[in-house]
Amino acid sequence: MFFRSRNLLLAGSGAAFVSLLAGCQREKQELRPRPAQVAVYGDAARESEIQPGGPQTQAAVNNPFYSNALAISEGQRLFSWYNCSGCHANGGGAIGPPLIKKDWIYGGEPANLFDTIVKGRPNGMPAWGGRIPEYQVWQLVAYIRSLNGEQPKSATPERQDHIETNPETLHFEEGANR
Amino acid sequence: MRSSERLRTLEGRLHASCCRMLRTASLIFGLVFCGMCQIQNQPDDGQWIMAAKNYSSTRFSTLDQINSGNAATLKLAWTFSTGLTKGHEAAPLIVNNTMYLVTPWPNLLYALDLTKPGAPLKWKYTPHASRSSQGTACCDVVNRGAAYYNGRIYYNTLDVHTVAVDANTGREIWKTQLGSIDDGESITMAPIVVKGKVLVGNSGGEFGVRGWLAALDADTGKIVWRAYSTGPDKDVLIGPSFKPFYAADRGKDLGVKSWPADAWKIGGGSAWSWISYDPDLDLIYYGTSNAGPWNADQRPGDNKWTSTLFARRPETGEAIWAYQMNPHDEHDYDGVNENVLADLNIKGQARKVLLHPDRNGRLYVIDRATGEVLSAEAFAYVNTSTSVDLKTGHLNTVPAKSTGLKTVRDICPAAPGGKDWQPSAFSPKTGWLYLPHNNLCMDFEGLQANYISGTPYVGANVRMYAGPGGNRGEFTAWDPANARAVWSVKETFPAWSGALVTAGDVVFYGTMDGWFKALDARTGKLLWQFKTGSGIVGQPVSYRGPDNKQYIAIFAGVGGWSGAVVSGGLNTQDGSAALGFVNAMTDLPQHTNTGGTLYVFSLP
Repeated sequence: MFFRSRNLLLAGSGAAFVSLLAGCQREKQELRPRPAQVAVYGDAARESEIQPGGPQTQAAVNNPFYSNALAISEGQRLFSWYNCSGCHANGGGAIGPPLIKKDWIYGGEPANLFDTIVKGRPNGMPAWGGRIPEYQVWQLVAYIRSLNGEQPKSATPERQDHIETNPETLHFEEGANR
Repeated sequence: MRSSERLRTLEGRLHASCCRMLRTASLIFGLVFCGMCQIQNQPDDGQWIMAAKNYSSTRFSTLDQINSGNAATLKLAWTFSTGLTKGHEAAPLIVNNTMYLVTPWPNLLYALDLTKPGAPLKWKYTPHASRSSQGTACCDVVNRGAAYYNGRIYYNTLDVHTVAVDANTGREIWKTQLGSIDDGESITMAPIVVKGKVLVGNSGGEFGVRGWLAALDADTGKIVWRAYSTGPDKDVLIGPSFKPFYAADRGKDLGVKSWPADAWKIGGGSAWSWISYDPDLDLIYYGTSNAGPWNADQRPGDNKWTSTLFARRPETGEAIWAYQMNPHDEHDYDGVNENVLADLNIKGQARKVLLHPDRNGRLYVIDRATGEVLSAEAFAYVNTSTSVDLKTGHLNTVPAKSTGLKTVRDICPAAPGGKDWQPSAFSPKTGWLYLPHNNLCMDFEGLQANYISGTPYVGANVRMYAGPGGNRGEFTAWDPANARAVWSVKETFPAWSGALVTAGDVVFYGTMDGWFKALDARTGKLLWQFKTGSGIVGQPVSYRGPDNKQYIAIFAGVGGWSGAVVSGGLNTQDGSAALGFVNAMTDLPQHTNTGGTLYVFSLP
């Protein structure tokens, strides 16, 4: 690069002179930035259990609405309002995966769920960042956590005010429709 | 039936074009040869060049090496794994001793060399379909197949593109974007090519899309015309040639006036399924999807032209006639099911008809020149309608089963209909239509739906369950000339695969728990069955191999709307999962697992 730029300089073009300066600028690199200038992100929501070099402590990101019955009920309303239910049904899944489960692809901790809603996920989960206010995202997180018993029972609604959707509580006679 | 009557009936079944000459010759010889000429202007050369086999969409193969006498000895010839775990609904194509397979998303295209033992891979084409498009397909990321024309393979990708691929080399020739996943659109249907135009329709009736059918120039991929299903007449390509048979389908700009203000812009009517073509009448036929949202209280009016059959000119797209089966659809009764073209003797008259088994559970026999309904009897258990008035075309619905912003129970058929996309087959030998179908009912709670582009627009809590008898599926041989079932076989799960019928009087289909079955086309007797590694929701095809043997090919790989409980790993604690289908399928995970594999069978 340097030699090419020098050839251009010999050609006497003003523009080439500028490009030479730019080229020199690119060559100037600080190979080992001073630690003070570099952030080591240790607080991003983890989506893997493997921590190279051994476990590190991480400050827990708590949902501000943990155990808040009103927020959980608002989350339930918003779950339909933002059409989350269109893809995840009432937690059993449809277009998107079920939310009533133990094995989360991108993590099931509040910070993971927050990230998933805001950033989206590559296999079809839309990125809702900029569309849903932060407090509502936390309300949705609170509701989704409640589906898995991750909220105190006292704060969790017994079931939705809609038709019963759990087949285990329905008793059909074979072929009798009802 | 007296023999003279039988002859008259059979005569009526002869297809117009090349049969016309035969008809002047001996009737008996005409019957023998009609198997070869039933495909209008398309001789059957033992290949399979479009998903429905031919423009008439008969899925009838004239090959008869495998017949009802020897089908019991069918053996597995070879297999091919796609390595994918979603629903495999596509029909394989067989052209020039090459088999072409389209997979569910990521919509890979495989070419297999049939001239070599074990059919090794010739090439693989990757369209790089958007990963995010998986989030805008209502009912699994399926694809229903490709079409071959003039040295190229044409098919659609989930992210709303159509591609043309060189059939010899696998090189991409063109790729055209037709819509956007940001608007909730997707494409799952198999295109057909008519007069050098590739015909393609969008999916997204559960995403508030505006439905359309488009024609692309097969050479260049340029869009020649696009006919919307809703909106003003100029967008629907309704002009002076439009002559619907019934008064209810006449009037100016009904695609706007039969909706609340602007609701037609997000009203569905996607053309996500089958297209047929009659070269003599020069008309293409296809149906449009349900109206959106499912909560019908949000869209008072007939909601034209959703749940409608269209007849159009392939050159220009102009509408010639239309018939709305389910005005103001309240049950997700799409009108997209296949239209099988046949010439039948009905009440002593030779009629050019199309056979349309609708989601509403009725089998419409329609004069395909005019759009007149000749009969519309129920082929499945139906309690949402009592009859179709043949004078007015009006579907007489049952008010007690009318849905809206309320809960209604015991609705039959359920949302997937008496029959969904799974295509039937028609044998000109028996004159019967072979119908894989459902026996499902549902409870339906309407909810306020909120339109946010790119997300579902449904507004309903649904739970489905088996209809009367407890069997969730059925396979029926239907006599369309006399509007009655001839024989029927009950299936535990919805019969969600396509059907194939052959000149050997064998009919093939697969079950969701993985049994691939051969039945006697005349009696329904089970001749042979084979247990595949995953449930079957594909489309069986038949072809003549380079060794002159007849082969039967079928994709296994459970999924689709009915199989989403397995392919999507859904939680059966929530019966409303998969739009309520999971409630009826909680036991499927105990019967089958995911995994796409092509199975090919032949006689030993």
